[in-house]
Amino acid sequence: MEENREYWGIQGRIFDIQRYSIHDGPGIRSIVFLKGCYLRCRWCCNPESQEFKIQNMTVAGKQKVIGRDVTVSEVMAELDKDEAYYRRSGGGITLSGGECLFQPDFSAAILRAAKERGYHTAIESTGCAPYEEIQKLLPYLDLYLMDIKHMNSDKHKQFTGQPNERILENARRIAQDAKELIIRVPVIPTFNNTEEEIRDISLFAASLPKVKQLHLLPYHRLGQDKYTGLGRTYTLADIEPMTEEYMQGLLRTAEHCGLRCQIGG
Amino acid sequence: MKYNAEPVAKSPRIPALIDDLYKRLPEIEADRAVLLTESYKETEGMPIITRRALAFEKILAHIPIVIRPGELLLGSTTKKPRGCQVFPEFSFAWLEEEFDTIAERAADPFYIAEDTKKTLHEVYQYWKGKTTSELAASYMTPETRKAQDHNMFTAGNYFYNGVGHVTVKYWEVLEIGYSGIRKKAEDELASCMPGDADYAKKSHFLNAVITSCNAVIHYANRYADLAQKEAEQCSDPVRKAELMQMAKNCRRVPEFGATSFYEACQSFWFVQMLLQVESSGHSISPGRFDQYMYPYYKKDLEEGRITREFAQELIDNIWVKLNDLNKVRDAASAEGFAGYGLFQNLIVGGQDSEGMDVTNDLSFMCLEASIQVPLPQPSLSIRVWNGTPTDLMLKAAEVTRTGIGLPAYYNDEVIIPALVNRGISLADARDYNIIGCVEPQKAGKTEGWHDAAFFNMCRVLELVFSNGMDKGEQVGIRTGDVTQMKTFEEFYSAYKAQMEYMISLLVNADNAIDVAHAERCPLPFESCMLDDCIKRGKSTQEGGAVYNFTGPQGFGIANVADSLSAVRKLVFEDRTVSMAELKEALENNFGRGISAQKAEEVTKEVVRAMTSMGKTVSEEQIAQIFVTALSGSVSEEKKNRYNEILALIEAVPKYGNDIEEVDLFARDVAYTYTKPLEKYKNPRGGIFQAGLYPVSANVPLGQQTGATPDGRLANTPVADGVGPMSGRDVHGPTATANSVARLDHAIASNGTLFNQKFHPSALKGRTGLLNFTALIRTFFDKKGMHMQFNVVSRETLLDAQKNPEKYKTLVVRVAGYSALFTTLSRSLQDDIINRTEQNGL
Repeated sequence: MEENREYWGIQGRIFDIQRYSIHDGPGIRSIVFLKGCYLRCRWCCNPESQEFKIQNMTVAGKQKVIGRDVTVSEVMAELDKDEAYYRRSGGGITLSGGECLFQPDFSAAILRAAKERGYHTAIESTGCAPYEEIQKLLPYLDLYLMDIKHMNSDKHKQFTGQPNERILENARRIAQDAKELIIRVPVIPTFNNTEEEIRDISLFAASLPKVKQLHLLPYHRLGQDKYTGLGRTYTLADIEPMTEEYMQGLLRTAEHCGLRCQIGG
Repeated sequence: MKYNAEPVAKSPRIPALIDDLYKRLPEIEADRAVLLTESYKETEGMPIITRRALAFEKILAHIPIVIRPGELLLGSTTKKPRGCQVFPEFSFAWLEEEFDTIAERAADPFYIAEDTKKTLHEVYQYWKGKTTSELAASYMTPETRKAQDHNMFTAGNYFYNGVGHVTVKYWEVLEIGYSGIRKKAEDELASCMPGDADYAKKSHFLNAVITSCNAVIHYANRYADLAQKEAEQCSDPVRKAELMQMAKNCRRVPEFGATSFYEACQSFWFVQMLLQVESSGHSISPGRFDQYMYPYYKKDLEEGRITREFAQELIDNIWVKLNDLNKVRDAASAEGFAGYGLFQNLIVGGQDSEGMDVTNDLSFMCLEASIQVPLPQPSLSIRVWNGTPTDLMLKAAEVTRTGIGLPAYYNDEVIIPALVNRGISLADARDYNIIGCVEPQKAGKTEGWHDAAFFNMCRVLELVFSNGMDKGEQVGIRTGDVTQMKTFEEFYSAYKAQMEYMISLLVNADNAIDVAHAERCPLPFESCMLDDCIKRGKSTQEGGAVYNFTGPQGFGIANVADSLSAVRKLVFEDRTVSMAELKEALENNFGRGISAQKAEEVTKEVVRAMTSMGKTVSEEQIAQIFVTALSGSVSEEKKNRYNEILALIEAVPKYGNDIEEVDLFARDVAYTYTKPLEKYKNPRGGIFQAGLYPVSANVPLGQQTGATPDGRLANTPVADGVGPMSGRDVHGPTATANSVARLDHAIASNGTLFNQKFHPSALKGRTGLLNFTALIRTFFDKKGMHMQFNVVSRETLLDAQKNPEKYKTLVVRVAGYSALFTTLSRSLQDDIINRTEQNGL
């Protein structure tokens, strides 16, 4: 049967494809980083991903254009290069960003093309979008890696620019509808790294149907230089990363919820 | 389950043995050289094979023997740990020249006592004009000698040393002992008739084998006596019992077959060490140790005569002793083989001659031994095929994760057909093991001459630009004025022509050395453990082995491929750089100046040229020429143009980035070495087969190489192995592996070498190990041949910050994902380095 490949022509905007990623879903994976996001998390390690528009960023003293428009077909040509590695490792592809729900039709098309190749598919997503957009992706998605950043909507808004109600509501529906959902928590000092905050998030995660895993992702300073490169101010400059011991303590707290918990992806 | 993968605890004996080994600088000892020389003086005029056997006998009868504290296996080649004997029958002049500097040199220093110097100096008087190296030199054509003087290639290893690079029939010694092998020689001798055409040589060879077997049996009994004597004087009852047991072992083996795993270990050890007393050749490789030792282990275990703990302790003890053996090389060679390497390659896993997987308990215990004894020897390897159990792959990956760079991984699915293509039977090919660094062969049947030379493909490229001239002499052939070449095809043909010519000289050099070894240093002891020497009545050096090869290594593929790509694109397609400009830029090292040593050479050349034209050159002028050479005499304008050219070169796509067109061109470039070589034959009745790797010689030999059109500066390292030029592959390990897999590995049947670097965090946990092994398996699915890994430390990360251009493919775990270290921001790099410390990695 001839496959309908019209959707391979759909265009979208990405800023990177990274091969040999081994921590965002099972096995060896390639990650597509998409441009544009609904949130403005202060700790965001990819600040160049937030704006949909193509930008200039200073990297190591040189101007670099961030963002390019590509078709699904062009993305697949890059993803196919590591096909054999996906098969050997049970790996596949992950959409990250930015936020893949910012370009739902393009994202759904990549996932569909990947599924037709037999690749394992995952997205790393905030879940902050109209649910109809999320539904476009779900038929082609094996694993949803979803961030839950805070249970208090005011604080959520203060640090990410958006309240959390829609995210929490979507999480409940995704848990029902997606093949697999893993909850991830970026643990950020001054934002959500108290025992109480982590406990609340983990209890929420445990209350979601079918969810079995929770990942605590410790804060790091990946983004700092990029903010400067974009001519922006990094508002978390005074924050120190947490010690391994401290993270272990939070891990124990999270584990009380009964989910399988781990530090890192 | 066919195997028990559970590790057993390390014996407290092992760390103590390791400590003893590394207490002091290794020392050069003279006993072997003295005994050898005495024997040679007594046997003047006899057939060479007889003289070799008698010398071996005398050495083993009188060389001092010692028992190291706490060891469970006997047999040391020197009085001091990690000492070395010397082998003047191969060469000696270099050592005498280095007497006063060898303790201080940078690569592999050795202590040498004043009276040892004196003794060796006296011994050396005898050897002038009698060595293999002197004979080999006299067999070479003047063109060949000139090409070597100009560093086009170096056949130095076998020129100065014994050949080694062999895996003998360890299993036969374990089974029937040297009394059994002696009997085979006696029976063969009895079947010979004095009227046979080959009787004279054959009978002398067989008698030399018999003498060698007796010499070894006598040597083991000397150890038995010594152990018994030390036992009698020992007040510690535990050690006393150990010594008594060892005395008993040495009475039994290697004269007779081993009756226990312990005896098998002792017997193995005598074979391994005594091969390195007979000759100075390195890469004496134990091969498939987990296979031929297994029956003894299994029987003992089933009969309740051994614990797994004690078996592991014995294996660990062998690992320690493999590091006790040592070898002194000349200063230049020591840089090419840096790290006191003996390359005793021991391989686990793989298939049997019928194609079934053979993983067993010992496969795991050997891997575990390299965790318990984290030292360079043995050069541990693993054979991988579709049937390799995941358990074994994970255990191997665990060893890799310790950061010792072991084991090396080999692909059965490429190596077996590659060997069959060289005329090895399928059953024998399936039973292959690795010699030395990466060279596959069939144990007990092969004289492979696997390390026959290093051939620098970049130097040959230089000859195209100079019409065959180097430092004022015609070294290559005349391929025409490069600036007059009209098409890229013309340029590429000129390169191929220079290659063909230089390869013919390389073959001339190797065959000259080959003949010299046959005439001056046949090895009856080694030969008695290789098929079909006894039947043929010939040493391995004279063609006694079933399979004969000569394997010289070509290196610099990445540089030559990138260079040719740059020439094609910039000079002939885009026409953005003229050939004359490129030639000039190369001569001037892109305006970057040159090293002091190189400047001195240039100065001498200029002065010589001026003098030959009848000019007188003043001291002042010489100084001026030197300064100009050193700083690069080019104008600012020229320098700017050279920088433009470098920028244009940088923009040309490079090998190693998973760009099919570029990689396939590299494949073709590799053929310019591997294909012409195949048609040559060696004096032992075998053929030449190429390897593609430089060991560590890409650094010192890069020192002797001028700037290349790929933008590589003069006197800097060339690419390592078959990998891309360091720093030019920027898309991560899968992209690099895809590029490397596009070369034709099977035609390089003497081995290819692919290094990759990883941060330990990429191998964290079981998931990390699974992903890591998936990477290896995929590279092998794509017909890669070999892969080895550096799992890097904090020090390396710090260095990577200082010199990011050298570490472009270093993978690190960031937070939720992995990334290339050098692409990360400075602050994150700091973060990762600090985190690394916390984890104690």
